[in-house]
Amino acid sequence: MAMPYYVSPEQLMRDKAEFAKKGVGRARAIVAIRAEEGILLVAHNPGASLNKLSEVYDRIGFAGAGQYSEFEALRKSGVRHADLTGYAYSREDVTARGLANGYSQMLGQIFAHEMKPMEVELLVAQVGPDTAADEIYRISFDGSIAAEGQFAVVGGDADRVTASLDRHVTGVAGLAASLALCKQALEDGGNGTLSAADLEVALIDRSAKGRAFRRLGTPRVEALLAG
Amino acid sequence: MKHDPFAPGFGSSFYDYLAATRPELLPAATSLPPGAGPPQVPHGTTVLALRFGDGVVVAGDRMASDGYQVSSRRIDKVIPTDAYSAMAISGAVGPCLEMAKLFATELEFYEKIEGRTLSLSGKANKLGQMVRGNLPLALQGLAVIPLFAGYDLERRTGRVFKYDVAGGRTEETDYVAAGSGSGQARGALKKRFRDGMDEEASVRMALEALKDAADEDLGTGGADPVRGIYPTVLVITAEGTREVPENQVSALHQALGASEE
Repeated sequence: MAMPYYVSPEQLMRDKAEFAKKGVGRARAIVAIRAEEGILLVAHNPGASLNKLSEVYDRIGFAGAGQYSEFEALRKSGVRHADLTGYAYSREDVTARGLANGYSQMLGQIFAHEMKPMEVELLVAQVGPDTAADEIYRISFDGSIAAEGQFAVVGGDADRVTASLDRHVTGVAGLAASLALCKQALEDGGNGTLSAADLEVALIDRSAKGRAFRRLGTPRVEALLAG
Repeated sequence: MKHDPFAPGFGSSFYDYLAATRPELLPAATSLPPGAGPPQVPHGTTVLALRFGDGVVVAGDRMASDGYQVSSRRIDKVIPTDAYSAMAISGAVGPCLEMAKLFATELEFYEKIEGRTLSLSGKANKLGQMVRGNLPLALQGLAVIPLFAGYDLERRTGRVFKYDVAGGRTEETDYVAAGSGSGQARGALKKRFRDGMDEEASVRMALEALKDAADEDLGTGGADPVRGIYPTVLVITAEGTREVPENQVSALHQALGASEE
């Protein structure tokens, strides 16, 4: 009988983390930022027929960076969880915190027990009645979860994009100004000059009743960028 | 995560997902013991829908009755199911409202999973399957008999559907009505319906038909100006679904009374 090679747990985890990081590193960045009108989600996603940003529930949005097949499966199971909770209890009982925790558990389990970890990084955002009540969670491939402040970035160039936002974001701004900051940050992340058509943009609208997730199409993004 | 995306219950239907994973949450999950008589539960009465030039009007009285007792004077039996459709219920109130909630979740779920809305025909068909799923309970006295109406964005017209207890779906060209007072309501609509009416005329016609039903049928609640209870009226057009405000309904209702004297 062939003996399996011994690999120390530390080594195993390090290898898995490195593998997953590499996968996420190839993805383009996505930004979520608190704005006056709601939470703005901006992804560098030319074409955008395969969405990276999507609606989960009334006031909750989702963004996934990395392997499309993997974050798409995670998105769908999030929608199933949210709709089931809302159906079995009530619409206000569906929360971003619960959803983010679920994702964290799921990714943590897969990272620990499966051969291949998931090569994804997720954002779950919930708009509140005012910016102080907004919630943005970032969940990594190993299940680690962080509650973010003014903005959050996932994907490959996250560090440089974050650095750019750190330099330029001064406080909560309006929709157009926030969008311009996000575009600038994505460009600073090394994406070259971006046009409206290169961006997938969505707003979780603070003033909306019921379902608040709105996609902003290219013409609207163009108009907002033009000021 | 290990689920086959095409396995039953893991596609774009919330109803199928519930049936595959949490069947106890389906409206038809509970069955009565054999030989038990129909339970005494509140029943909803008259609802109707009619097509007009820009879309459809869906309306219902506010009464829920339990035999000869009034169970509620102000329930809403016309329920928006998404931005371009609504369901109006008659039958056992509990299972009806549960099915409306499930159906609305079904439509929203499909939209989120697929990134597009179901066609109006697709919605109407799905509702038929859900009504048929309720057949065992219907045979025991807990029938759900809905109407379905909506604006068809592809055909650019309003469409109305009625269902029988076994889920049979019939599309009517002009108007539909269901519930104990539906005979009177249909009679009123039949005599007055004209093609291409404007919104105000069709809302007035819906109120007139409900008034006729309430006049003749014990179970149908008429407008109650003393308590400020008026029928629920929803208008669905290319711009979406909106409820006609109560003050407007009450004003139209008063005008109806005046024209009769």
